[in-house]
Amino acid sequence: MNIAVCIKQVPATESKIRPSADGKDIDRTGLSFVVNPYDEFGLEEALKIKEQVGKGTVTVISIGEDKTIEALRTCLAVGADQAIHIKDPALSGSDTHAIALVLTAALQKENYDIIFFGKQAIDNDSGAVGIHVAELMNLPHVAVINKLEVSPDDKKAVAHRQIEGGTEVINIDLPAIFTCQKELNVPRYASLPGIMKAKQKPMTIYSLNDLNIATDAVGAEKAMITLDQLSPPEKRTAGTALEGNAGEAVTALVRLLHEEAKIF
Amino acid sequence: MDFIFTEEQTMLRDMVRKFVDQEIKPLAQQIDKEHNVALVQGILKKAAPLGLLGIPFPEKYGGSNMGEMGYAILLEELSRGCASTSVTIGAHIGLAGTSILIGGDEAQKEKYLKPLALGEKIGAYALTEPGAGSDAASLQLAAKAEGNDYILNGTKLWITNGDIADTIVVYGLSDAKLKARGGITAFIVEADTPGFSANRIEDKMGLKGSATAELVFQDVRVPKENVLGQVGMGFVIAMQTLDESRLSLAAACIGAAKEVLGMSVDFSKKRIAFKQPIAQFQAIQFMIADMTAEIFQMESIVYRTAWMYDQGTKIPREGAICKLFCSEALDRIVDKAVQIHGGNGFMGEHPVERFYRDSRVNRIFEGTSEIQRMVIAEDVLKKGSY
Amino acid sequence: MGQILVFSEQRDGKLKRVAFEALGAARQLASQTNATVAAIIVGKNIASEAETLSKKGADKVFVIDDPGFAHYSSEAYGTIIADIAKKEDTSLILMGATAMGKDLGPKVAAKLGGPFAGDCIKLECDAEGKITATRPMYGGKIISIVRSHTNKYQVATLRPNVFSVNEADENKKTVFENIDTLPDLSEMKAVVKEILSSANTKIDLTEADIIVSGGRGLKAPEHFALIEALAETLGAAVGASRAAVDAGWKPHSYQVGLTGKTVSPSLYIACGISGAIQHQAGMSSSKYIVAINKDPNAPIFKIANYGIVGDLFEIVPLLTEAIKTIKNEE
Repeated sequence: MNIAVCIKQVPATESKIRPSADGKDIDRTGLSFVVNPYDEFGLEEALKIKEQVGKGTVTVISIGEDKTIEALRTCLAVGADQAIHIKDPALSGSDTHAIALVLTAALQKENYDIIFFGKQAIDNDSGAVGIHVAELMNLPHVAVINKLEVSPDDKKAVAHRQIEGGTEVINIDLPAIFTCQKELNVPRYASLPGIMKAKQKPMTIYSLNDLNIATDAVGAEKAMITLDQLSPPEKRTAGTALEGNAGEAVTALVRLLHEEAKIF
Repeated sequence: MDFIFTEEQTMLRDMVRKFVDQEIKPLAQQIDKEHNVALVQGILKKAAPLGLLGIPFPEKYGGSNMGEMGYAILLEELSRGCASTSVTIGAHIGLAGTSILIGGDEAQKEKYLKPLALGEKIGAYALTEPGAGSDAASLQLAAKAEGNDYILNGTKLWITNGDIADTIVVYGLSDAKLKARGGITAFIVEADTPGFSANRIEDKMGLKGSATAELVFQDVRVPKENVLGQVGMGFVIAMQTLDESRLSLAAACIGAAKEVLGMSVDFSKKRIAFKQPIAQFQAIQFMIADMTAEIFQMESIVYRTAWMYDQGTKIPREGAICKLFCSEALDRIVDKAVQIHGGNGFMGEHPVERFYRDSRVNRIFEGTSEIQRMVIAEDVLKKGSY
Repeated sequence: MGQILVFSEQRDGKLKRVAFEALGAARQLASQTNATVAAIIVGKNIASEAETLSKKGADKVFVIDDPGFAHYSSEAYGTIIADIAKKEDTSLILMGATAMGKDLGPKVAAKLGGPFAGDCIKLECDAEGKITATRPMYGGKIISIVRSHTNKYQVATLRPNVFSVNEADENKKTVFENIDTLPDLSEMKAVVKEILSSANTKIDLTEADIIVSGGRGLKAPEHFALIEALAETLGAAVGASRAAVDAGWKPHSYQVGLTGKTVSPSLYIACGISGAIQHQAGMSSSKYIVAINKDPNAPIFKIANYGIVGDLFEIVPLLTEAIKTIKNEE
């Protein structure tokens, strides 16, 4: 089984995120960056499948600036076999379409049986790239999976995805794309031997030219949709503290819910 | 001069930080309240396959050869979560493992260090006795040669991991006349040797989840091949081990200090008094400034000294300085942290209370502050200048 | 501006509320630009629901009433919508940001080569029909405004419970069109085999108008009974904090917050939840928030409309009883 995991480097979950002074981006000073947590579920699933099948290669792929190599290296330390880093100054400001186009070009250089994405990157929370790549590669996909059973011999899989009030169980032919949700597995940690070996594992770097993509096919100029303004969310303010003993507080609450909030 | 972590060191820090956040922090309060050593042992079981228990040791002994820097990073991060866990791992790696690394021959390292590095066995280091703490040279545990064995008789006190260890490095008196000048010998004792017993000591101010024990040796027979280094070289091994472990103890202080600073900052922004967050008050700000300034100093001296150690420099003075400064600075820092937390900081429900109790022993064990000052002064007086 | 297409999600032959919300948003935009609003409904036995779409503001309704399409298929549904969009000048395609919409939206955008804006909480457009969408990013820590540079095939998904629904118009004139050129199902490489319904989620969190959530303060999984009793009385859905889910008290499907669900109910009652920033990310857009917690410094009180500092084991049952009494009087 050859498996690709597309990852993105994002600010750590617990980061305090503020808009930059011009409101066009976030303020990146002092932020620490990690592998997008949902992508980690993809990597773990890939490693589990490789162990289950007993052979194959797990390749991690990411688009980003020089710093992205840290995230790729972390994935190698966790257990991926090789990494592909796509970087090109022309990519700056690209929209989902361009990112999907570039990833597709990189993914089509090899034959992968399964391609994993996170269900969304926790920076822009869009959740579109994996699905978009599936369409461009003409592959079936299941988004937001929380369970996966792969039958490597007949190239099929069964995926579960949570929907409102239940779970969809989907039969799918491989090769296929999956985007991963939290419950799928428990990602392993990088190990010390893994960390020591990470630098020796293959790291391929592609520019747009290497992928036969014109620099003017991507980037901010080509974006159909762009970020116009970032702002902090409107702050809620503390409302009424209901005093007194439990009975009094509850009576006051019920009255407010009834009269002010008009809930019942 | 290069004063940043290498890529591997950064990955190590990130990995341990994640491990601490996910596996240790959620258990830390329970470990403390229940004196739950079993939970700590569970954490060690999870840490072992990641290679965390052999960080400073060479690869051929199951380690990952990340040196004192790697080890300092490990202890700093562990101490953000739980001092009991950090101390348990510290005694295992920095005292037991390091003694064998320093004093052991190839066969001993293969037989005893490797299982420690891989986390298959737990280690302890037994130097202190009821009548020999800071004055370690006056230890009394008798080691009498008899045929191919040594017979050990006596008692060790306050031994970290004492009753959970499989492999214990024991320092005994092989020649009562020579004492520290060639009369102390180090032995590797397996915990299942007849005549050996260990009794857990529960009533401590802090580190409630670490197994502290009294060890009793009654005609414990140890084969001569388990003598660490040469007969009579025990005191040298003990002191060299402490040089290194004092440094790692100082590293552990940094993690705890950063953690309580973080708690204090969060709390002071959240806590309203006189209609504003207490972080707005200069009295609180000055405490936070002092805490931050001391943390910067701790970090600076510890990683500099770890780097020196990895270059092969001996660090008796520097290790003592790190231990002295960091343990005392941490006490000042946790004290301010509790002060900032006010009544909340006095309550057992809040982790800052645990950090306060756990911090105190750092000025005592592995050589009191007073001993560190003696070591530093002796070194400076001998050299005649800085 | 070209037409606005609204994909009207239904389950078991019943349209979801979010379908009407999307229709409401479409009508609003159309009123400023003179665009036509066309709804698409796919499923089996849905004729009467197609009528409802008419009354709620659709100028045209495309109906695919076929048992083969009763279950969702990204490829099949995506093809149907893209084909309809291509038949006429289409500017915008709207749907709910539900499990289905979050999958279908990007699929349709990819098929049509149009821009995509997910999980929008506000939507505007200029005279030509180019949209400006407001959508949360960074788990709600940032609100972004994104601007489209084309008025062709824009796709947006709308966060449930945010957009308002049109009043019904019984006299609305609507054209119905049955689509019979449909994708070949035998070619689908991903097929829904079955749907396992989760017995314990009577009302889904993301669609619920009222949510009662429990956290670490409940101390043990069996105490969720208190939360469930209050929820039952209110006709509410039950949620949980990450702490409660991580402790194994409730499955992940209950989790509200950064790594769980994002909800915007009219009323959110947080019991024994401190309200860490990660939890707030999932619920701070609720209209009314009630917090019950014994720690007066708990961050949840900073965002709650009504807060009670006290023992939830005492307060929650009292609240359940008080509401029961009122409901009985009604």
